[in-house]
Order: sequence, then structure tokens, then C-alpha cells
Amino acid sequence: MDTTVATIDRTVFHLEEEHGHAEGGSTMLGFWIYLMSDCLIFAVLFATYGVLGGNYAAGPAPKDLFELPLVALNTAMLLFSSITYGFAMLAMQEGRRAATQAWLAVTGLFGLAFLGIELYEFAHLIHIGATPQRSAFLSSFFTLVGTHGLHVTFGIVWLVTLMVQVARHGLIPANRRRLMCLSMFWHFLDVIWIGVFTFVYLMGMLR
Amino acid sequence: MSTDAQAAHGAAAHDDGHTHGTRRSYLIGFGLSVVLTAIPFWLVMTGALGSQQATALTIMGFAVVQIVVHMIYFLHMTSRSEGGWSMLALIFTLILVLITLTGSLWVMYHLNTNMMPPHDMSGMR
Repeated sequence: MDTTVATIDRTVFHLEEEHGHAEGGSTMLGFWIYLMSDCLIFAVLFATYGVLGGNYAAGPAPKDLFELPLVALNTAMLLFSSITYGFAMLAMQEGRRAATQAWLAVTGLFGLAFLGIELYEFAHLIHIGATPQRSAFLSSFFTLVGTHGLHVTFGIVWLVTLMVQVARHGLIPANRRRLMCLSMFWHFLDVIWIGVFTFVYLMGMLR
Repeated sequence: MSTDAQAAHGAAAHDDGHTHGTRRSYLIGFGLSVVLTAIPFWLVMTGALGSQQATALTIMGFAVVQIVVHMIYFLHMTSRSEGGWSMLALIFTLILVLITLTGSLWVMYHLNTNMMPPHDMSGMR
């Protein structure tokens, strides 16, 4: 008698658990752990830059290359894109589909502006001969800042994909979950950029 | 006990197990970020602090504060999100980041200073 009750209890409990997991309840934690592993990639790139950042090979130093007003503009673009993504999430929670799409579009435009400014900077550096092959400082600089830029690029691709998804299927639970994952990704990239502009650009000007 | 667990589970599923921000929290985070970004740029562009080392330490402090601000106001990190597992993963990652950064800089700095003058090394033999 006792054993029968225990078996039934266990079965019910098991079914409830399965149901919870099928809804994608662990997606957020899984995505957070992915972000943490991405954080380790950037930690290694920062460490590489920290070690090699002073090896100019008689080439240009940060002071000769970096233009802080441009970096400040870039930082502003990424910060604006963070707050507009926040507004997109708020619109999503209120179930306003058109507002969500509009804020996502604005976020994408700020992201594109950030990428445009960064590509302009890279093109300028390469044009004046400060290529990744010039010195260990420039190799590690291009790797670190370029990896961040690549993340932003994929973030924009993802953003456009989700805008198409929302346009076709609306703010269904699956799309809300995806938008929340991209929200974490996007804000995470802004956190990494804080490290980049402080450690690479501002500290570079002090050296 | 099982009803408690069920209720908690239902609430989590409804809330997607994720804490949301409000318009106010996003705006506070944005305002703080603007200030915490503008001050380091101003310090470096004007050289207001005079000493380079003091400026470097100050802007690193501002960066750490701004990262915490982003974590709280934009990423909605609390010690309770995902039942504490997010915070645990974050702390573990921060420890690894700290070991990677300080370890690399420390070891390579000493390697550089000890390898720098080759003639001194040959004279030591």
C-alpha cells in the first residue's frame, strides 16, 4: 500500500518536471552560461593585449593612433543602443508589437552606426600603415576590438532575424524568449565595451 | 510541500524565470552610465588629475562601477535570478577572469624585466 502511493507521487512529480523543461524554462540560464564562456574569451584577449600592448616594434603607439572624440562617439552609440533595446523589452512586456519592432529597428541603427565608426577607424589605421602585422600591440589591438565588433555584427544579424520572426509570428512565447536572450547578449556586449574603452583607449592615451 | 513546489514552478513559468526591468530602472541605469562614461573621458582628455597613475586607477574604478551598474540595471542580475545559479556562474567566471588577467600580467611582466638586458644574463654565468 505504502509503496503504491510513493510510486504514484514520483510519477506525477516526474511528469511536472518534464513539462517545465519542455517550455524552455532553462534557456535563460543556459544562455547566461554561454555569455560567461564568451566573457572568458574576452578575458584572454584582454590579457593578451595587456601583455603585448606595450610592444610597438618601433611603430606607432596608442597616442599616435587613437582619437578619443571618435571613441566617445562610438561609446555613445552603443550606450544609446542599450537603452533603446531596453525600451524594446518594455514594449514587448506590454505586448505592443509595433513599438517593439520600432525600438528594435532603432537599436539596430545605433548598432550599425557603431560598426560604421569602428570600420572607419580600422580603415584609417590600415591606410596610414598601422596594420595588424605592424607590431604585437596592433595585432592584439585588432584581435580584441575586432572580436567585439564581430560580436556586434552577429548581434545585428540576430536582431534582424528576430524582427522578421516577430513580424511573421507576433510576440509569441518563443519569440519573447529569443528577444530576452538577445537582450542579454546586447547588454553583455556593452559591458565588454566598457572594458575596451577604458583598458585599450583611455589607458592607451595615458601610456 | 508538493503544492508549494508547484506554485513556485507555475510562477516561474509565468515570469519566464527572468526578472524584468521597469522604464524607471532602465533610465536610472542609462543616466548613471552616461555620467560614469563621461567622467573618465573628461579626466583623460583634460588631464585634470595631473598624475597619470592616479588617472589610470580612477578610470579603472569608474569602469568597475559602470560594469556593476550595467549588471544590475540592464542585465537585471540579482542573487535570486534562476535560483541563484546565474550569480554562481558569474562569481565563478569573475574568479577565472581575475586569475587570467592578473596571472598573465604578473608572469609576463617579470619575464619581460628579467629577459630585457641580455648582456646582464650572460654576465651572471
